[in-house]
Amino acid sequence: MLKLLWLIPVLPLTGFLVLALCGRRLSRHQIAWVGCGSVGAAAMTTAFVAADFLGVFPDRESYHQTLWNWIDTSGMTVGVSWYLDALSLLMVVVITGVGFLIHLYSTEYMAHDDGYARFFAYMNLFVAAMLTLVLADNLLLLYLGWEGVGLCSYLLIGFWYREPEYGTAAQKAFIVTRIGDTALAIGLFILFTQFTSLSIQQVQSLAVEAWPVGSNLAMIVAVLFLIGAVGKSAQLPLQVWLPDAMAGPTPVSALIHAATMVTAGVYLIARMHHLFALAPMVQEVIAVLGLVTLLLAATSALVQHDIKRVLAYSTMSQIGYMFLALGVGAWSAALFHFLTHSCFKALLFLAAGSVIHSLHHEQDIFKMGGLRRHLPWTFWTFLIGAAAMSGVPLITSGFYSKDWILWSVWSSPISHRWIWFGAVFGALLTGLYSFRLIFQVFFGEVRTQPTGEPGLAMRGPLVVLAFLALTVGFLEMPHTLGNVTVFSHYLSHALPTTELLPGMDESSEAREQLAVTVAALLGIGLAALLFLPGSRPASRLADQSTDRPSMTFLQGGWGFDRLYDRLFVRPWFSLTRNPSDMLDRGYEWLAVCAESCHGWMSHTQTGQVRWYAATVAVGTLVLLGLFAM
Amino acid sequence: MVMMLWLLILIPLLAAPFAWLGQQWSRSAPRMIALGALSVDVLLALFLWNHGDSVQASGHGSWLVESHISWIPRWGISLHLGLDGLSLILIVLTAFIGVIATIASWTEIRSRVGLFHCNVLLALGGVIGVFLAIDLFLFFFFWELMLVPMYLLIVIWGHAQRRDASFKFFLFTQAGSLVLLVAIVALALLHQQATGRPSFDYADLIGLTLTNEMARWLMVAFLIGFLVKLPAPPFHTWLPDTYTEAPTGATIILAGILAKTGAYGLLRFTIPLFPEAMSEISPIVMGLGVVGILYAALLACAQTDIKRLVAYSSISHMGFILIGAFAGTELALQGVVMQMVAHGLSTGGLFLLAGTLEERYQTREMGHMGGLWSVMPRLATMTLFFACASLGLPGLANFVGEFLVLFGSYATQPFMIILASLGMVMAAIYSLGMMQRTFFGRQQDTRPVPDLSNVAFGTVLVIAVLQIWLGLYPRVVLTTAQPVMEQLVQATVASANLIHSRSESLLSSHIVTSQGTIP
Amino acid sequence: MLSTPALVLAIVLFGLGLIGLLSRRNILYMLLSLEIMLNAAALAFIAGGARWGQVDGEIMFLFILTLAAAEVSVALGIVLQLSHRFRTVDADALCELRG
Repeated sequence: MLKLLWLIPVLPLTGFLVLALCGRRLSRHQIAWVGCGSVGAAAMTTAFVAADFLGVFPDRESYHQTLWNWIDTSGMTVGVSWYLDALSLLMVVVITGVGFLIHLYSTEYMAHDDGYARFFAYMNLFVAAMLTLVLADNLLLLYLGWEGVGLCSYLLIGFWYREPEYGTAAQKAFIVTRIGDTALAIGLFILFTQFTSLSIQQVQSLAVEAWPVGSNLAMIVAVLFLIGAVGKSAQLPLQVWLPDAMAGPTPVSALIHAATMVTAGVYLIARMHHLFALAPMVQEVIAVLGLVTLLLAATSALVQHDIKRVLAYSTMSQIGYMFLALGVGAWSAALFHFLTHSCFKALLFLAAGSVIHSLHHEQDIFKMGGLRRHLPWTFWTFLIGAAAMSGVPLITSGFYSKDWILWSVWSSPISHRWIWFGAVFGALLTGLYSFRLIFQVFFGEVRTQPTGEPGLAMRGPLVVLAFLALTVGFLEMPHTLGNVTVFSHYLSHALPTTELLPGMDESSEAREQLAVTVAALLGIGLAALLFLPGSRPASRLADQSTDRPSMTFLQGGWGFDRLYDRLFVRPWFSLTRNPSDMLDRGYEWLAVCAESCHGWMSHTQTGQVRWYAATVAVGTLVLLGLFAM
Repeated sequence: MVMMLWLLILIPLLAAPFAWLGQQWSRSAPRMIALGALSVDVLLALFLWNHGDSVQASGHGSWLVESHISWIPRWGISLHLGLDGLSLILIVLTAFIGVIATIASWTEIRSRVGLFHCNVLLALGGVIGVFLAIDLFLFFFFWELMLVPMYLLIVIWGHAQRRDASFKFFLFTQAGSLVLLVAIVALALLHQQATGRPSFDYADLIGLTLTNEMARWLMVAFLIGFLVKLPAPPFHTWLPDTYTEAPTGATIILAGILAKTGAYGLLRFTIPLFPEAMSEISPIVMGLGVVGILYAALLACAQTDIKRLVAYSSISHMGFILIGAFAGTELALQGVVMQMVAHGLSTGGLFLLAGTLEERYQTREMGHMGGLWSVMPRLATMTLFFACASLGLPGLANFVGEFLVLFGSYATQPFMIILASLGMVMAAIYSLGMMQRTFFGRQQDTRPVPDLSNVAFGTVLVIAVLQIWLGLYPRVVLTTAQPVMEQLVQATVASANLIHSRSESLLSSHIVTSQGTIP
Repeated sequence: MLSTPALVLAIVLFGLGLIGLLSRRNILYMLLSLEIMLNAAALAFIAGGARWGQVDGEIMFLFILTLAAAEVSVALGIVLQLSHRFRTVDADALCELRG
């Protein structure tokens, strides 16, 4: 069964080809079957492969499959080959599983759209590219997936192409991530020049041998990879594209901009952890970047009006947690948060999509309200998602993953106390903005009349994801609570275990957990106090005009858009305003010279035959005279 | 086998007058003749490709097939043709692009159909001759042969500004040719000086030892001759005007093949003839390549005319060829070959699509377009595909070319390669900008226009499939080109060592003589 | 010998022809002047041939004679056309080729 590994990315690719080539001739029903079926089949195959792989695990830690030699020339050998280990299997399971649910949801959500076939074609292509990214055995193939998901993200953000703003958002997303991609490419050049290999495993083992910890080259390569990762994962300073990316249809936001693609950066860093371990300073930078991003995004999420933008900023913030975990060396914790996050964030986006769907594409939360009774399914699933995101203790998965990260930050030798405080403050903000959304959208009076609950194809994925958002967390529970270590045990074959400071025992862990729990609950409570309709602060907040400078500052994501506009976009536009070629001026000048010369010379062409004859005679005389001398 | 070499050149050349005469029989006769002749050429070249190993025996040295017929022995000129992996790849590309250009002109060219196809066939015959000739005189003959029909194609069937554009094209390329001619004759005369008889033969000239000073000058002359054709800044300004004003078929030939003759010249002549001078000057030329990539990409971003945008992007891609050719590593050279093929396919496709767009809307201004996705979904999808190819999406052939060049050159010039990589970001900006302004956004022009015809769609689809195939399985091209590139690198490395040892021996002999002269 | 006066005569004839060519505006007269110049040159050849006792000079004279005849026939045709089209034979008025 392991031999079927190659089918996993190929199945969605086939779906894409079928839809792209003859999508217009298929009926909507057939399109849905192809689009959904291909991903579903991939998920099934994944299940078989996973069963087979786990059957012999951990005796056999990885499985390697080469389809053909992609490039094999002049000292460069790169295969189209897959590499399956604990880490990539986890990613594949999430991508195909959550991906399938979102595809299923889309069959109803997009049912009345003109570009039905186009939508599923792009989505399938995305899944294929994302699977290539995580299954790639070498960095070049990884880069193929990396760019492929970028392209699909571009296409899907700009899916409703008639709106120019959506197109702008799509271009912004692609170009900003391309900057990161280019850095990644340069990293590949350096690695290849050093080791004449691009195999992920080989390069890293060679690097560990050749480069001492903290050596310059290791740092440079790690920084370049980090730039690539922050571009894709929307972290500081390349985070500006994600909020605008919400222009795409909601299932797209759920699949690409929440569950899978934006976590590719996390995957990349985890995949290259040997390399990052050689550059401890870069790791610290990762932690700090993660922290700043998570605070930036959380504060921005607090003041957004658009329901999807709130979720976009929350995604940024949660990925910030993952980066923080990677930065302090808690590799497995980052991946665990990735797992729970992809469940609850997909759930939140899909539930938000259900809200938007029933409100005729209204996205402003101040025009929503009181949906609790009209959309009970949506409300309860959304509530579960929000609770998981804010880390409601014991019953939600988000609690376990976030707790693990914060505990690692507290106890890791390469972390600082103030980072922990920042992260805990972030947890408080998470509770605050999550439940602000709940209270604003589902409580209070009805402001826009909803059309009613969505159908089964949309409700099914919501319920499944809600179930997962509650239960996935039980895969890993701290020492103080049950001490389940399935997940960390499983990943320990692919990623190093987290180092702890000496003297960290269960009692200090319990105290730390209490602090985190209190922060999360405090956030939720504060949200109830501030935003629950009927409470005095809520009416005060609602009255407040939003054009105060501090509010606009937060709403614009700390003004990064403006800053980049001044620094890069405007200079770029002024640079490219003039379409004429400077170098052509030189040749034009040559042409003008020739023309004026010939104009001047043409005065001698009088057309007077006698004048010509006289010049010939004089010329002959002069020449004869010269010869005579 | 030797006969086939001549057939490759002669089929288009001999078919040309028939295409002209064919006009009298029926309107489509010239088209059919051109299509038939070029298809036969493709098949012939593919046959040679398939039997490349078995024919190896019939050639001498590095040539797969070689043909040597005496022509003007007094001046050392002969009809000397040689085929190796590099020329084979380019000939297949030439004939294939020729087929595409013919199909692209099917509906566009309505007047003097016969003469048009006659010129197309003559130009392509000339190009194939350029790729085969290894006698420099013969090479120059073919080099000029492709020029005049091209000029006629632009000046007769071009768009509004065709006169100016064709003049510019002719003047630039002719000036470049002149410099080249002087250098070729100088080489032949130097050969006479050294051995007593002039020779234009590649094999003779490649072994000629030149003084450093002389080699430097001749190298610069060869370089300029080929850089104009490539083109690289500052000799590129003829290109945007020419590409925009030429009829679609001619633009496809210009962008798809003619630019490659410049690159071929660099690989075949400039580098092997003057390896020492080349290694001296290579950082400058690579710098020129980087400037070309960035400068042209910047200008591509500034264009509002869709064909000019593609034209500038084409210059930008040529920068990679320049970098790779002078990086001096085999990997980079392999990338150059790949990039030549990939670029031929991708710009060929893009110009075909842009030409169709212009034919439909009678404008090239992107400001007048917008929202055309719903009007012509096929055209839009294919343009999106080729825009992706142009921005270097992995999995397509351009990516392989560009990345092999960058991988191969990084060791030599890391800083320049980092700058060149910025071109990737800029490529994204102009490619996506083009998509946005033409196919996305609100619809400006609501006239109903037909989508891509079935024939055109099929053609573009074939190019697209080739792009994907070469992008995922580039070994087809790479293994064919490898022996040639290997030899090229070995030759340059050997000569570099030679300089080293020679300068050492020179030094020691100098010491000896100086000791001798001082009593 | 005889050659010196003959050469002097040739030079004088040539000069006269040139002056006529430059001073006359009528194309017909200019053609006449040209004929005189040609014949002056022919005379110089004859003189040269006689001086060295070679037959080449006379051969050249025959050449010039034929050339002059051919030239006059073409030139008269042109003059005829000119007067026909422009209604004038004034060389100064006919300056179509002015740059």
